[in-house]
Amino acid sequence: MQTEAAKQQYELNRNLAQMLKGGVIMDVSTPQQARIAEEAGAAAVMALERIPADIRAAGGVSRMSDPQMIRGIQEAVSIPVMAKVRIGHFVEAQILEAIEIDYIDESEVLSPADDKFHIDKSLFRVPFVCGAKNLGEALRRIAEGASMIRTKGEPGTGDVIQAVRHLRAMTSEIRRVQSLKEDELYYAAKELQVPYELLRSVHENGRLPVVNFAAGGVATPADAALMMQLGAEGVFVGSGIFKSGNPARRAQAIVKAVTNFNNPAILAEISADLGEAMVGINESEIQLLMAERGI
Amino acid sequence: MRIGVLALQGGFIEHIQMLRSLQADAFEIRRKEDLEGAMDGLILPGGESTVMGKLLADLGMTERLQGRIAGGGLPVLGTCAGMILLAREITGPGAAYLGAISIEVRRNAYGRQLGSFHTEAPFKGIGPVPMTFIRAPWIERAAPEVEILARVDGRPVAARQENALVTSFHPELTTDNRVHRFFIDIICRKRKTP
Repeated sequence: MQTEAAKQQYELNRNLAQMLKGGVIMDVSTPQQARIAEEAGAAAVMALERIPADIRAAGGVSRMSDPQMIRGIQEAVSIPVMAKVRIGHFVEAQILEAIEIDYIDESEVLSPADDKFHIDKSLFRVPFVCGAKNLGEALRRIAEGASMIRTKGEPGTGDVIQAVRHLRAMTSEIRRVQSLKEDELYYAAKELQVPYELLRSVHENGRLPVVNFAAGGVATPADAALMMQLGAEGVFVGSGIFKSGNPARRAQAIVKAVTNFNNPAILAEISADLGEAMVGINESEIQLLMAERGI
Repeated sequence: MRIGVLALQGGFIEHIQMLRSLQADAFEIRRKEDLEGAMDGLILPGGESTVMGKLLADLGMTERLQGRIAGGGLPVLGTCAGMILLAREITGPGAAYLGAISIEVRRNAYGRQLGSFHTEAPFKGIGPVPMTFIRAPWIERAAPEVEILARVDGRPVAARQENALVTSFHPELTTDNRVHRFFIDIICRKRKTP
């Protein structure tokens, strides 16, 4: 049974995600990159030692970042600082809570620590964001205590197809749930393997009960605007910025694209002369599908 | 009554929903052109002040906004990041943005997300109101012409100077609409005495 204090903390954590809406959350590896991101207009930064493209290239086990490195980034900027833990690794999460991280990403980008159980996020005061590729995954993560959701996409590829697929899957499933009769909701909850109360909230409100961002493979301002037009409330950009020719310029352009996602004239202007985008890998060329981790 | 809500980033939809529930005509401001039409009041929402401040400058909106608020006396409400945007001074490094109210504010004054909290405190002219603070700023100093409307633990968290109203907390995140009604009253009085 959740206490009153725990409920209030969860509400505050949902509220912080609401304040990030319409914003871009950028992966950074150093305090200097964090400052570039903040100056470019990032709404938050994700502190991690290696960005997903490098994790993919290097292989091996990928873990939570060094707390000292994260602290350096916390001191460098005034915007919220997030960091990743491995799926199911609740001790990494305890460590990040101890250094007062603003948001924990329980992320499929790192090597999973548990192949069955996600972290019981309701035991933490610090908020969690989790990846999902469909409505079922999203609602299961929310049931475990996530106060923000993002699409999984396919991190470190610069290929937006998976993020598009995941967001479209979520929005079309939401529309289907909205159209169900009341008594059909019980069966749908069983089918989707999610709590009935959460599904009922989706049925009534036509949206997830928490903020939903796009992530995984966003590399250009057009990609970011595409995700926004498809219904994302904001965008995570990982490798797309600091793997490109001119990170500061590209970061600024993506920030503006998220604000003006419905304005093709502005999008045309900010897409011009950005230097080289990250090279990227097509989804058919990759060995490791990170999106398959943690369902 | 037409009230614009700055919609560059952050929690602008919550303000729009609150205004519409009060039968006010709320519209989004995303570009410089959106600042040209008829507007009786303006809300600067919560979000990240560094993001909104940068976008205001890049989209060429800062001066036009300053003109309408300071020169034209447009009633304006700033919540959390919106308060930072309106302040004349910001504690520590970093320049101020619109400078529309004579206060100095401290960013993230209550610390990181673990310092975010919900409370209830008296608001002058309204009574006790629920207050949600998310990585909130507080008012470090205020000029004598600024009226402090609410305090939490001795720190000023709401203030008014003529047409400018600011709060550290997020009235748009609660179901209590009295702070928005208070702002609409300011607009109504302003319209009666042009």
